[in-house]
Amino acid sequence: MKVLVPVKRVLDYNVKARVKADQSGVDLSNVKMSMNPFDEISVEEAVRLKEAGTATEAVVVSIGPAKAQETIRTALAVGMDRGIHVQTDEDLEPLAIAKILKAIAEEEGAQLVITGKQAIDNDYGATGSMLAALLDWPQGTFANTVETSGDSITVKREVDGGLQTVKLTLPAVVTTDLRLNEPRYARLPDIMKAKKKQIDAKTPADYGVDTAPRLTTVKVTEPAGRSAGIKVESVEALVGKLKTEGVI
Amino acid sequence: MAILVVAEHDNTDLKDATHKTVTAAAAMGGDVDILVAGTGVKDVMAAAAKIDGVRAVLGVDHVSLTRQLAEAMEAVIVPLMSEYDAILAPDTTAHKNYMPRVAAKLDVMQISSITGVESADTFVRPIYAGNAMATVKSSDSKKVITVRTTAFNAAGEGGSASDKMLADPASPSTSEFVGEELTKSDRPELAAAKIVVSGGRGVGSSENFAIIESLADKLGAAVGASRAAVDAGYVPNDYQVGQTGKSVAPELYIAIGISGAIQHLAGMKDSKIIVAINKDEDAPIFQVADYGLVADLFIAVPELEAAL
Ligand SMILES: Cc1cc2nc3c(=O)[nH]c(=O)nc-3n(C[C@H](O)[C@H](O)[C@H](O)COP(=O)(O)OP(=O)(O)OC[C@H]3O[C@@H](n4cnc5c(N)ncnc54)[C@H](O)[C@@H]3O)c2cc1C
Ligand SMILES: Nc1ncnc2c1ncn2[C@@H]1O[C@H](COP(=O)(O)O)[C@@H](O)[C@H]1O
Repeated sequence: MKVLVPVKRVLDYNVKARVKADQSGVDLSNVKMSMNPFDEISVEEAVRLKEAGTATEAVVVSIGPAKAQETIRTALAVGMDRGIHVQTDEDLEPLAIAKILKAIAEEEGAQLVITGKQAIDNDYGATGSMLAALLDWPQGTFANTVETSGDSITVKREVDGGLQTVKLTLPAVVTTDLRLNEPRYARLPDIMKAKKKQIDAKTPADYGVDTAPRLTTVKVTEPAGRSAGIKVESVEALVGKLKTEGVI
Repeated sequence: MAILVVAEHDNTDLKDATHKTVTAAAAMGGDVDILVAGTGVKDVMAAAAKIDGVRAVLGVDHVSLTRQLAEAMEAVIVPLMSEYDAILAPDTTAHKNYMPRVAAKLDVMQISSITGVESADTFVRPIYAGNAMATVKSSDSKKVITVRTTAFNAAGEGGSASDKMLADPASPSTSEFVGEELTKSDRPELAAAKIVVSGGRGVGSSENFAIIESLADKLGAAVGASRAAVDAGYVPNDYQVGQTGKSVAPELYIAIGISGAIQHLAGMKDSKIIVAINKDEDAPIFQVADYGLVADLFIAVPELEAAL
């Protein structure tokens, strides 16, 4: 089984996003960028499927600027076999990303695509399900545990009431949640080896996909601020305040 | 303009998230219909028909929809969309699951987790864990939208919409429900509770979490948690509040042993009153707390419970 893992390069999760003064977006100059944390989990899962002998090949793809290559290298260093870099300087919307990924999944003959449940920059949480729809494949979103057997995959999903298990006929799309696994760190020798792994250079045009944005950003602003309140000295004082506020 | 709202329900009760989504839909202007997809949905449909400003309630009753699996929901909704200009659903996991499928089938870009409606085509949504608010205008002919329900008031009840049953959908053949492990609790639902008491890594263990639960019960509150507390197995996954968990906006949010990472704040900073109990006076949670108590939670929490 061939597994495809799309990864996005995003503002590192430890960095607080700063809104640009002209309200055109978030300032991404000179800030630390990393692989979307959910995508690290997808990569780890794909590598484990390879180690278990379930996956024959694990291919990582990133759609983004030249630097997205570094993100692909990170995935290669923890065990992905090969990369595809679809270069674009635009921050494409999930619909366009899903269309490109559909073309790649078909070209590669992938049986399983593992995406993150959400990119922590735009917070859309849409690409995985969109891809499943475009391919007419079943989906297991917010995966907590996955188990493959023969031509099916069983996915335990993190849902609002607890956990839900679904069984999907392959090929399928899985999106990863936080508890699926704990991603490993790359070891230095593997980082060196990853430098020799192949990365195909592509552009959106190679896939004949219309990537024109459907949403235009009118403005990006700071959220309504919350000012720090006061420190209370004791539990008694706290209870007094809450009674005055009328919340208890 | 005709707008379809997808009801949040558990086949027995209609959830308040539906009323809030109706408010967001109504702000776009136009006729609002509600879709109730599930099994044995008569009572849920009757409840939905009472929501103010709703034109019609559409019901579809089929075993494949009991758990609203994504493939089955797509099969029901996509054909219906020839009659509608927009579809809105709450941004709970049930709807986040299939809405992008519907959008892709209609060849439109989903507008996720909106917190404001500027006009029929322009919406406000948080990005970067709520550290920025984006106003986006959609050029798509149909809008597919999920709604951050904490940002909208619930529509009232006094309406009397018409109702109509739809034909059975084709059941999906590639996806099958196997089972579920639902968290059992007599406490109010996290997303709808007036008071939420959340514990973090500072609580230390699942046994220790009993003091959080005990305080919550005294207050009639729901129990929440940080990611760290969930990852460590103190509480089930559906307790997680934050950017990638649940969004809550209760009257009172009490964060106990939680440092206040941006991902956590994203899910609770719209609460009316925030209380933080943390032994580290520099914990970032104090920057958003109305009332901060620097204390050891193992002393302060039982004391607080006793003082109520
Ligand atoms: C992709 C991604 C998504 C994420 N999504 C979420 C999310 O949705 N929700 C979420 O919460 N997090 C999320 N996180 C994790 C987030 O970054 C933080 O790691 C997490 O919120 C920390 O949890 P915590 O505050 O419980 O733990 P810590 O940061 O370890 O804080 C524990 C706090 O407890 C205090 N403490 C310890 N002992 C005591 C005591 N005896 N008495 C009083 N105080 C005490 C400490 O002073 C400390 O402030 C996400 C992270 C990533 C990368
Ligand atoms: N530019 C991109 N390149 C590769 N994968 C992406 C890209 N954007 C999104 N994805 C994938 O889609 C997931 C969900 O992203 P989103 O729908 O934008 O929240 C991510 O976790 C990635 O797996």
